[in-house]
Amino acid sequence: MTATTPTLTLTDAQIQALIRKLTALADDEIVLAHRGGEWTGHAPILEEDIALANIAQDELGHAALYLGLRTDLDGSQPDRLAMFRSASEYTNTRLTELPKGDWAVTMVRQFLYDAYEALWLEEAGSSRYAPLAEVAHKALREEKFHLQHTALWVERLALGTEESERRTQTALNELWSHAAQLFQPVAGEEELIAAGIVPDPAALKARWEKLVTAHLQGKCGLTLPRGTFTSDDRGRDHHTEYLAPLLAEMQEVARQHPDAEVW
Amino acid sequence: MVMGQAEPAAAYPDPAAVWAALSQVPDPEIPVVSIVDMGMVREVKVDGEGVSVTFTPTFSGCPALHVIRQSIEDAVRGLGVNDVEVKSTLTPPWTTDSILPDARERLREYGIAPPAPAEGSLISLEPEPTSCPRCGSFNVRMTASFGPTLCKRLYVCDACKEPFEGFKSV
Repeated sequence: MTATTPTLTLTDAQIQALIRKLTALADDEIVLAHRGGEWTGHAPILEEDIALANIAQDELGHAALYLGLRTDLDGSQPDRLAMFRSASEYTNTRLTELPKGDWAVTMVRQFLYDAYEALWLEEAGSSRYAPLAEVAHKALREEKFHLQHTALWVERLALGTEESERRTQTALNELWSHAAQLFQPVAGEEELIAAGIVPDPAALKARWEKLVTAHLQGKCGLTLPRGTFTSDDRGRDHHTEYLAPLLAEMQEVARQHPDAEVW
Repeated sequence: MVMGQAEPAAAYPDPAAVWAALSQVPDPEIPVVSIVDMGMVREVKVDGEGVSVTFTPTFSGCPALHVIRQSIEDAVRGLGVNDVEVKSTLTPPWTTDSILPDARERLREYGIAPPAPAEGSLISLEPEPTSCPRCGSFNVRMTASFGPTLCKRLYVCDACKEPFEGFKSV
């Protein structure tokens, strides 16, 4: 990395909060990428098999970028973090760890997530912490394809057959409240927001709701679940029973061969 | 690569020679263009007898990054330089606008629709227009928004009926 712009000097508290934030961002990417990868060889058509694998690969690329930023802060090793932390140490949202479900669940979840990620990256592009801004500019260019793809699939499913519409609505009902957790700040994030290092999730949430409501309700004719859109109080250290088996599968080879250098 | 067979050391390797060597390094996934054609090489610095090359990745999850890094190092060593440093940068981020005009034409001849200009909003629910690399028609359908590599998607031309790959505009 050749830094061309002077970088903000972070306080110790900011460094600790930023480490938590970068890890949370990376964990969401890693876990959702694994769920996407579960369709490899099983997607309804070959093109979608490839598409989900592509999306998963991009998300892993983003995770590597975030964890690379963390390395700059604390010298941690991205591969160690991904492959040797247990479920209780992962800080992904519960939205990302839920089983892949049917095609509608997969597409609705990915759409809700991609819309969030694209907006987060767009705003993070003006972070006062230059290395984060660089990563955000890079990742956003890739994320736009995910969002276009999943937006189209949600539309296709919602306006397709009675059965596809029913499944899409069911998926939305199940996932909607989980999506709220994407906007839950990590400990100390307020200080990062105040310093202009990361986007303000409250403002982001308003933009996100506008974008996804226009698509889901306006274009696709789906009904948004009633009630306020808020996450429950449980933090990112609380997981469903689905995360541990996911990690067991994902980490199996690395844990069996911890010293392997070439895969 | 055999060491020590190069011409008795040009003590100061010529930056132009380094660029020329790098322009022979093919993109691992689209060998019809080089990494220089793709706009991935950002800077060549010659300092004493050492050479440092800065490149930028096309896609962050590109599995070919390690190969590219190694190929750059090998190409520079091939000039008889032993002290080679390969660095990467994300700033400014690589865009398909960095692809050289001549390389865009070679992509088209190879059957890959070159990317449309990438400027404009990055958050859009609609894809950009693409023309068929064979007959030039815009009467094309995207059959898959992702393709065999991260940088491409799949189309069919409704004018000449040929399927083709198109570069994403990033």
